[in-house]
Amino acid sequence: MLEHLELFFKSIFIDNMVFAVFLGMCSYLAVSKKVATAVGLGFAVIFVLAVTVPLNWLLDQYILQPGALTWLGAEYVDYDLSFLSFILFIATIATMVQLVEIVVEKFSPSLYNSLGIFLPLIAVNCAILGGSLFMQAREIPSLDLAFNYGLSSGIGWFLAILAIAAIREKIRYSAVPAPLRGLGITFIITGLMGIGFQSFGGMLTGDNEPPIAVEETVVKIEESQKEEKEPKKESQDDQKEVIAGIN
Amino acid sequence: MPVLSKKESKLILDPLADNNPITIQVLGICSALAITAELKASVVMAVSVLFVLGFGNVVISLMRNMIPSKIRIIVQLIVVATLVIVVDQTLKAFAYELSKTLSVFVGLIITNCIIMGRFEAFALGNGPWRSFLDGIGNALGYGVILVIVGFFRELLGSGTLFGAPVLGDPIAKTGLYAFGYENNGFMIIPPAALIVVGILIWVQRAKNPLLIEEA
Repeated sequence: MLEHLELFFKSIFIDNMVFAVFLGMCSYLAVSKKVATAVGLGFAVIFVLAVTVPLNWLLDQYILQPGALTWLGAEYVDYDLSFLSFILFIATIATMVQLVEIVVEKFSPSLYNSLGIFLPLIAVNCAILGGSLFMQAREIPSLDLAFNYGLSSGIGWFLAILAIAAIREKIRYSAVPAPLRGLGITFIITGLMGIGFQSFGGMLTGDNEPPIAVEETVVKIEESQKEEKEPKKESQDDQKEVIAGIN
Repeated sequence: MPVLSKKESKLILDPLADNNPITIQVLGICSALAITAELKASVVMAVSVLFVLGFGNVVISLMRNMIPSKIRIIVQLIVVATLVIVVDQTLKAFAYELSKTLSVFVGLIITNCIIMGRFEAFALGNGPWRSFLDGIGNALGYGVILVIVGFFRELLGSGTLFGAPVLGDPIAKTGLYAFGYENNGFMIIPPAALIVVGILIWVQRAKNPLLIEEA
């Protein structure tokens, strides 16, 4: 339970799709002029990420990883198909997006009307493929954690596009220098927001035994202070030498 | 007769500045930002995209009359994914350390919007040779921005270029560091890339007022 909670908050705030790894920037910049459309795209991204990441986790676990084909028989132990992961992941994503579009159109026309135009766009949103690739690179251990990762990364992306859309709606009334108008100022604001999000970095350290950790850090700090003092002497000596050299 | 006609050289030169994929068309930003902390990674990324976009455009252009328009996105994705696998395997074989630095971003060339954008906008309606030139031009325009951003981020952030110190040694206090210069650690963190690109856009649009957006 604790690891679920940790992964959830980590994916939303610390490893935020937009501010920490810059995924899905194209649609983030293109569709953030109005809050209403941004919300539509954001929900679509959450939805598709929560579906495709667990699916690709299954593919990775039972087909792609080295030795994943053992369930077919002992002679497949040596097979390593991981070079196929790009093509399989993107095929899964493209098919899932189509499938989701058809299912949503059939069962919930009102949801389809609000999400509809964004769904085909999503197949080529790097946040979706990035979610699957990061899931593979970070070796997420179980299916439910993979679902959690997909869902929370999607929520992180949703929050980011919602925030920038709200800012862009307001900034229309400000006197931005002409060459910066539109794209330029959006880049810079996103950069500043990214710096803000960096401050979440210290929130979760994953350490379960704080007392020892504190002692260790104290020792480390003392050591580093010693180290700092020593080179200073050297640099003072250097300066003396330099001064002597000048004289 | 010159090798390229006027129209053909325009295909290559236009995306370098006035129709740049990153600063004007707003495509392919995702990968452009994440890997530009080092110049070396930026150059490798630019070359990879050059390869994928140049050949992808040719392949799509050759198939353009055979692809049913309903499934063209999936066909395009498969073509890109195949080319990207070639790039990824080559990097893993010959530059393993670098492929670790780039990590998932090589794979993300697949969803680089420049590539899908050029397939849709150009390769589906033009012959292979012109598509090839268009692909090369756009990849170069992308590469130029990557290299500029990588140059400034590595120079100001670590005081090195391609990993070699150019401003002196920060620990032994030689070169510029002797005068109290410090590396700007801010340039290394990811959000700095956004601000550098933002400033690039500012400079470009200030030079060419035609590009300024309506409020």
